[in-house]
Amino acid sequence: MTVAFDPSEKFQAYAHPERLVSTAWLEAHLGAPGLIVVESDEDVLLYETGHIPGAVKVDWHTELNDPVVRDYVDGAGFARLMSAKGIARDATVVIYGDRSNWWASYALWVFTLFGHADVRLLDGGRDRWVAEGRPLTTEAPSPTPVDYPVVKRDDSGVRAFKEDVLDHVGKPLIDVRSLEEYTGERTHMPSYPQEGALRGGHIPTAASVPWSRAANDDGTFRSAGELTAIYRVEAGIDDADDVITYCRIGERSSHTWFVLAHLLGVPRVRNYDGSWTEWGSAVRVPIAVGAEPGSAPGR
Amino acid sequence: MTVLPAALAEIRDDFLSFSEKDRLQLLLEFSNELPALPERYREHPELLERVEECQSPVYLFVEVSPEGRVDVHATAPAEAPTTRGFASILAQGLSGLDSAAVLAVPDDFPLQLGLTAAVSPLRLNGMSGMLWRIKRQVGEKSAA
Repeated sequence: MTVAFDPSEKFQAYAHPERLVSTAWLEAHLGAPGLIVVESDEDVLLYETGHIPGAVKVDWHTELNDPVVRDYVDGAGFARLMSAKGIARDATVVIYGDRSNWWASYALWVFTLFGHADVRLLDGGRDRWVAEGRPLTTEAPSPTPVDYPVVKRDDSGVRAFKEDVLDHVGKPLIDVRSLEEYTGERTHMPSYPQEGALRGGHIPTAASVPWSRAANDDGTFRSAGELTAIYRVEAGIDDADDVITYCRIGERSSHTWFVLAHLLGVPRVRNYDGSWTEWGSAVRVPIAVGAEPGSAPGR
Repeated sequence: MTVLPAALAEIRDDFLSFSEKDRLQLLLEFSNELPALPERYREHPELLERVEECQSPVYLFVEVSPEGRVDVHATAPAEAPTTRGFASILAQGLSGLDSAAVLAVPDDFPLQLGLTAAVSPLRLNGMSGMLWRIKRQVGEKSAA
C-alpha cells in the first residue's frame, strides 16, 4: 500500500514531487502503515549512534553488493534482504543518509534496478533531521520478516556499463566529481597511494558539473528553477537526450542521476557505476585531461 | 621484519573473539573513547595532517619524544564514528611505544581485525591510510 505523498510546495515544481519527502512530513508519518524508513550511510556505524525511530539500516557496501564480483546482489539476494528488513514489495520506502544523501541516493538507485515502485528520498537527509532536533533513538527495530518476491534485476534502464559509455562518448555525459578529479590534477604528497585508479582525467566530451551544485548547504536539493538553470540551460540537457552520469564509484553520480531523472524528469538517464575506478584503470580507453571536455576519438 | 605490539595484538584478539555483528559494537566503543586533542593542537590546526584516504575530515599528529616514545593524536567529527573508531584503535594501540616498534607494525594490521565483511574493504582503506601516515611521520620525526 502506498502512503500519501508529501504536498510540500517546494516539491510541486519538480517533475516527480512524489520522490521526495520533507523532514516535517516524515516525522508526522512515522509508524504509518506501509511506510518503511531506511538509513543508508557512508559511515557504517552512524546508524548505531542514533537513527530515526523505527528506521532500518541498509548498508550499500555490505548488503547491496555481491561479496565477490563487483556487482549488485541478484534478485534472490535482494528478496532476502528486503524480507529480512521487513520491506514488502508494495511498501513506501523513504531513504535518508549522511553526506547530503549520497549513499541514500545510491541505495534508491539500486532499489530502482529491482523495480521497487515507491521509493523516496528525505530532502536534506540525516544531517537536516539532526540539525532540526528531531527524534533519534539507538533502539534497534526488529522488523517482522515479509515475503518479498524474487524480481530479476533490470540493468537496462538506469545503469550503464563501460561498453555502453565507450559507445556513448560524444553524447551527454556528466562528470560529477570535483574539478581536480576532472582535470586529472592530483594534490598529493610524495609516495602517496593513489586511490582507486591508475590514471587521472575524465571521459572525453564529459561535462564537469560537480554533484554539490545540486545541493544547498543544508543538504536539501536546490529549487526546480536553480536545477533547470544548471542542467538544462548551462549543461544543455533536454528531454530528447540520452544522458550518463559518473563519478568515482557511482555514489555521487547517483545523487545527480536522481536530480536529472526525478527532479527534472529527463526520461533517459543512466548511472555508470563502474565510474572512474573502472575507467581510470581500464586498458586503452580514451581519457582527456585538463579543464576542457575534449573531443570524441575518431573511430 | 614486522611484529605486532602487545596492545594491538590484544585489540585484535578482542575483535576476533566477537561475532561479526558485535565487532561493530566494539568499534563503536573505540569510537566513543577517542581522546580529545591536546590543547596545543586545537590552537594549531596547521600541525595536523589530513588523512586523504578517509572521506571524512580526519586529522592526525604524531609526536616522538627525544627518547623515541611515540604519541598519536587524532581528531575526527562525531558524524564519522567509523573513522573515529579506527583512529582510536591506532592511538590507543601505538601511543607509548618506541618508534622502532611502531615502524615494525605490519601494514595489513587493519585487515587482521575481522572487519572486512562488516565494514567493507573500501572503508578499511581509511584505516590503512592512517597507519601508513603514522608510520611515515614516525620515520620523519625519529632521528633514525
